[in-house]
Formats: sequence, C-alpha cells, structure tokens
Amino acid sequence: MEEILSNQSGKKVILLGNDAVARGALEAGVQFVATYPGTPASEIGNTFYRIAQKAKVHFEFSTNEKLAMEAGVGASFAGLKTLVAMKNFGLNVAIEALLPFVYTGVKGPTVVMVSDDPSCYSSAQTEENTRAFSYLARIPTLEPADVAECKEFTKLAFEISEKFKVPVLLRLTTRVSHQKMPIVLGQVTTNTSLVKGKFVKDARQFVTMPPRVLEMKEELLQKNKEIRKFFEKSKINKFEKAAPSGAGIIVSGVAYLYVREALAQLNLALPVLKIGSFYPFPKQTAQKFIKTLKKVLVVEELDPYLAKEVKEAAQETKCKARIFSKEWLPETGELNTDIVALAVAKLAGRRYQLPSIKHQIPDLKRRPQLCPGCPYWLVFAGVKKAVNEKEVVFGGDIGCYMLAGGAPHFLQDYLSCMGSSIGIAHGIKKATGQKLISFIGDGTFFHAGIPALINTVYNGSNPLIIILDNRTTAMTGHQPNPSVPGSNISSSVAIEDVARGCGVKHLKVIDPVMQDEFIKTIREFITKPEVSVIIARRPCIFVKPKDEQKN
Amino acid sequence: MNKKIKPYNIVIVGTGGQGLITLLQVLAEAAMAEGHDFKTSELHGLSQRGGSVEVHVRLGAKVHSPIVPLAKADLIFALEAQEALRAIKFSHPKSIFLINKQIIPIPLQKALTGEEIMNHVKKTSKAAKLVPAFEICKEKLGKGVTSGIYLISLAVSRGFLPLSPEAVLGAMKKVMPEKYLALNIKTFDLAKTYEEK
Ligand SMILES: Cc1ncc(C[n+]2csc(CCOP(=O)(O)OP(=O)(O)O)c2C)c(N)n1
Repeated sequence: MEEILSNQSGKKVILLGNDAVARGALEAGVQFVATYPGTPASEIGNTFYRIAQKAKVHFEFSTNEKLAMEAGVGASFAGLKTLVAMKNFGLNVAIEALLPFVYTGVKGPTVVMVSDDPSCYSSAQTEENTRAFSYLARIPTLEPADVAECKEFTKLAFEISEKFKVPVLLRLTTRVSHQKMPIVLGQVTTNTSLVKGKFVKDARQFVTMPPRVLEMKEELLQKNKEIRKFFEKSKINKFEKAAPSGAGIIVSGVAYLYVREALAQLNLALPVLKIGSFYPFPKQTAQKFIKTLKKVLVVEELDPYLAKEVKEAAQETKCKARIFSKEWLPETGELNTDIVALAVAKLAGRRYQLPSIKHQIPDLKRRPQLCPGCPYWLVFAGVKKAVNEKEVVFGGDIGCYMLAGGAPHFLQDYLSCMGSSIGIAHGIKKATGQKLISFIGDGTFFHAGIPALINTVYNGSNPLIIILDNRTTAMTGHQPNPSVPGSNISSSVAIEDVARGCGVKHLKVIDPVMQDEFIKTIREFITKPEVSVIIARRPCIFVKPKDEQKN
Repeated sequence: MNKKIKPYNIVIVGTGGQGLITLLQVLAEAAMAEGHDFKTSELHGLSQRGGSVEVHVRLGAKVHSPIVPLAKADLIFALEAQEALRAIKFSHPKSIFLINKQIIPIPLQKALTGEEIMNHVKKTSKAAKLVPAFEICKEKLGKGVTSGIYLISLAVSRGFLPLSPEAVLGAMKKVMPEKYLALNIKTFDLAKTYEEK
C-alpha cells in the first residue's frame, strides 16, 4: 500500500512538499484532479497518475494548464471537490480561465496549487512571482512554509473554498515543493467508486455577462471582505511574541524558516508575525503587531508585495514604525538563512559577517546534456549537415531540446515561452524573409503550438518546423501527452493528422536515424514558399517499448 | 524563544544520475527511525540531465530551514571528485569531507586531478579524504554505481553520522527497489573493512 494512501491516521511519514499537498487534498476528500506537468509542481500529477485508480479520484494530465483549469471549473460546477495544479508559468496560460471562475465562484470546493521557482532552478523564461495574480484575480491565497503546512493549508484551503464559495490559491515555491520532513497523517475517507457529480443549471451563477458580471464583481469584493475578517482571526497568521525591543519581523512562505534559524544563529529574540494568508491581507493583525514597534523588517522572496501591504497598514493607523524590506534583501533569487541573517542583524543593530572562502575555486562548467542515446542528437546533427548554420535562424522552445542552445549544438537563436518557437518564427519570417527552422517537442506542440501553426498557414509564412516527437513529455519527468496513449488512456492524437488538418502541405514523418532522408527533406522544405513540417519521430530512451506499441 | 539547538548538517554533491535523491531518502528514513526531527532539500528538473546536483539533509532536535547555511556542514559527501569544489563553501575546518575518487569528465573542460581537488578542499577542510569508493566497488562487486552507499556506510561505521548502522540498513530496505538492494547491502558491508592507505 502506498504510504500516501495510508488510512493509519496518526502515523508519521516522510513526504515531499508536493506530496503533502496531494495528501492534504486526499484528507479533504478530493474527487477531481487536473494538472499539467512543470517543475517544481510536477509531483502532484505524477502522484495522482499513480494512485488515482486506487483512490477513486478523477485524474487527468490535461493538454495545457488552461485546459486543466477549465476541466477543474467544469468539475466544480458539477459539484466535485477539485484540485488543479501547475507551475508558475502554467498560471499565465490558465489565467484567462481563472479570472471568471473567481467571479462565478465554486460549486464543488476548489483549490488551485501553483509552485514558483525563485532562482529559476527549473524555469527558463522568467523569475515569476505568482502572488501578483492574487491581486489580479482577487483570489484568496495561502503560502505554506514547510511540508506539514502544505498538508494543513491544503485542507484549510478546501474549507475556505467551501465556506466562501470561491476557489483558493495555494502558492508554494521550489524549497517548499521539494522539501521533505516527517509529518503526521490525518484521516482519509477513500471513495469506494468514482464520484459522479451533477451539473444543475443556474445561469445566475455560471454565466458571466454584463450586467450580471458587475454584480458578480461586487459579490466577490464582499466575499473578500468576509474572508479578510476570517483571516484576521485565523491561526495561520501566527504572532510569535518576544520581550519588547522596538524591532519585529513580518514574514511569509519558506522565508519564515530562514528567519527562525537566523534568530537562533544570532541568539536574538524578536517578535515575529508569520503571514499564512497573503491575500486578502490580514491588515488589522499586522497593525496590532507593528503598533508598538519602531522598526519592522519584512522578509519575503522576490517582489515586495507583503511589504507594500504592511506599509499601507502602517500608514492607515499613522504608525511611525520604519519598515525595511528590499533595502536589505534581494529582489532577485531565492533567500536563505545567510541572506536573512544579515538583514536581521542590521535590524537588531548587530555586527554580522557571512563566512566567505578566501581562495579562488575553479568554476566547473558542468551543464546539463542530452542523455547518451537521446534521439535529439541525431536531429541536431542532421540539421547541421543539411544547412549552413550562419544563414539560418533557429527557433527554440521549451523541453529537453532547449539543450540545443549549448555545446556542441549551438542551434538556438531565441527562446521564450511554450509554443512560441512557431509564433515568433512567423513574426520573424514576415518581418525579414530570412531562412528559419524552429524546433518544438510533441508535448509543447499540443500545449500551445497548434494555433501558432494555423497562424502560419492562415497568415502565410514559411518557416520549417521540426516537431521532435519523442512520444513523451520528457523534461518534466516523462509524463504522457496526447501523442501516445497512457496507462488508463486508450486514445491518442497523431501529430501528422493535426498538421494536415491545419492545412500544412509539405509534411513528412521521418525517423532521424534515417539521416539521408532527413537531411534531404530539410534541404527541400527550407526553400518552400509555404510552411513545412518535419515530424522527427523516435521515442525518448526512457519511453518503454510497451507504451509505444499501444499506438 | 527556542534555545540554540544546532542541527547536524549533511550536504551531498554529485552529478545527475548518481542517485543523490535515493541517498537523501535513505538518510531521511534512518533519521526518522531514530526519532530525529529533520528537513531535506533537493532540486529536480534540468539538474537530472547529467548536470550538477546538490541535496541537503539536516537532522536534530528541531530543524527549521531545509538548506544548510554557508560553512555549517558537519558532513559532506562528494560522489564525484570535481563536484567537491562546489561544496567547499559549506565546509569549515572541522567538517568531515568524504570525496569519491571517481572523475566524470565535463565536456570541453580539462578534468582536475585528485591532487588538485584536494589542494582546494584542504584549504578550508583539513580532514577531507579522497576515498577510492568507485574503484573498490567496481573491483570487489563488479559495479561502481553504489559508491554513494559506500561513503555513507564509511561515515556510519566511523561514527561520523549520528545514525546507527541498523537504522541506515533498515532505511535502505525501505527505500531501495528489491532488485538493487542486495548489491547495496554488500556495498554497505564492504565499506566497514575500508583501510586508508
Ligand atoms: C506554461 C508552462 N508549462 C509547463 C512548463 C514545464 N515544462 C518544461 S519543458 C515541458 C514540456 C516538454 O515536453 P516536450 O515538448 O514533449 O519536450 P521533451 O522534453 O519531451 O523534449 C514542460 C511542460 C513550462 N515551462 N511552461
């Protein structure tokens, strides 16, 4: 029996932060889970993919995050308890579906889990702070700091969603998602069969259209007033007292752990207010905390959103405390105990120096590489043989093939967000007419490449698009995608059918092992006046032949 | 205010594919079996594709942060010798620093020798040791893949780790898939006989 499904309430187990969210959802009685993979959030999907049948939970890897969100909205409208999970960039894709969902509110309680990646350990495009979306969407937002809180906050998020009829955002970061610690299991009541919901017509709730939509906004503002009051009394905003010294710390997320350790390291006792509910911000709680203080340090990763809230709260009560945040802490990159200790020492007027290595240590340039035997080696080698690299622009996209940018390939002249290799290729083609080859993986093609392909056909541009069809979403841990049937999934979608359906005339499926044919086709296609597509099909070395055969 | 209770800090460095996350899980399970509080941190994603990997394990009466601060590691394992350089920032004069003598070449970069590496490491950590774990495992067991367990066993048997051999073995049995377990247990026993040359 999988530990995560154990019904031994009270048992101590080791869980990863993401798995604690999954466990929290199970303890809350989740019935429907939809996600799209992306580090550092991928384990939510991997875990439910493994256990969904046993746990009798509806689960899917949706084709992209907007579709995961929409599947979740539908399930919630039908009354099911729903979890939707994704990485930071996923919410950019899904935001269109989230905003109206916060207006309509939920029927089945719904939690949206998003994991950010300060320091961009697994994120190519930007160092994103999802908390900005809390304001845009006006969605109640909780920030756990450790694994135990991942489980507790998930359960609380479901309760809040149930009580106030809004979706709730659970915001993690890499060091929370990929943290492990021992936690105590609570009760799970496993469903005996898949729960069937029922969509009960109610246009007043589910149809957003003016003039009703403005009423919905007013209702949401009202709900958030109530939720703010709820948070003012909630234990997730923890006031940890200490003997008065005029200074105090306000902190949220994993940074709380660094604050606690920094205080211990400096042998300091300062009052700490740990904010668990970032939005709506518990203003009065903060006002009470800073009332008697002269100096306040706000510790948070990335942008100073919490600091802005605290400053506003202080102003309102004419509190004279000086509030420090990014003057003493970086806005780029994750925090850690060392960085936080420096700021806390400043706050307390202590001298403190970080240990540093005095001598020069050689810089190791060990960059990630394509695996030995990866079919992409053949794709990039073939391209290099087929064309003069200096004359061709190479479009990159998101997946293992972004390693094309490094040695020994150097075949990547731009890289942005998922699907954009084709969208940007179209723009460059239109603007310049230069020769262009864009690379896109099968997963990414399904995720966001299809409308872009249609745009090249419809608006008439002629890039050569090479779809690297390795029959899996490899980069994020080999999740299934529509190109191959998964376990419990019998259908699949052939990329060549899609391309043909989009109106692509020059189309070939080639195993890149057939180098001669591959090279010849590249040379032929790159001169065509219309868009052309080569599907370079060869499974990732980690795809089991068994999965392949099913197709 | 909690008292100053110092956690015991372990850093493991290596490269993608060397099984660092399994080692982390073994240490975590052993720590739980012995009733310690602990936290761990690991990085997933791109780091897997043969890049550098670094994981942290901290155990004690009460552990706050999952990340080991600079110069605060009590025990460092480098599963690949060159990667030891990345862990120097966590070391201090009393750190136990065990370095697998294996070199995994970095494309387009001249490999450092064991001696060069030790020159750097010993500037902060006098007690650092270069252990031919990979060679020994390969010679005695036919494979070098278990050198991580070799180093852990060495640390346990010399009393460098506040964990009992029984707890670590029990954790291995819990964490490792059946088909790899026998080789790992043999490795664990083999390391007890290690003698420094
Ligand atoms: C919007 C968004 N969602 C998820 C991710 C995480 N992610 C990184 S690579 C990748 C997909 C890779 O799949 P595929 O295109 O099939 O390429 P492969 O890794 O198999 O080469 C994903 C989903 C992301 N970067 N952006």
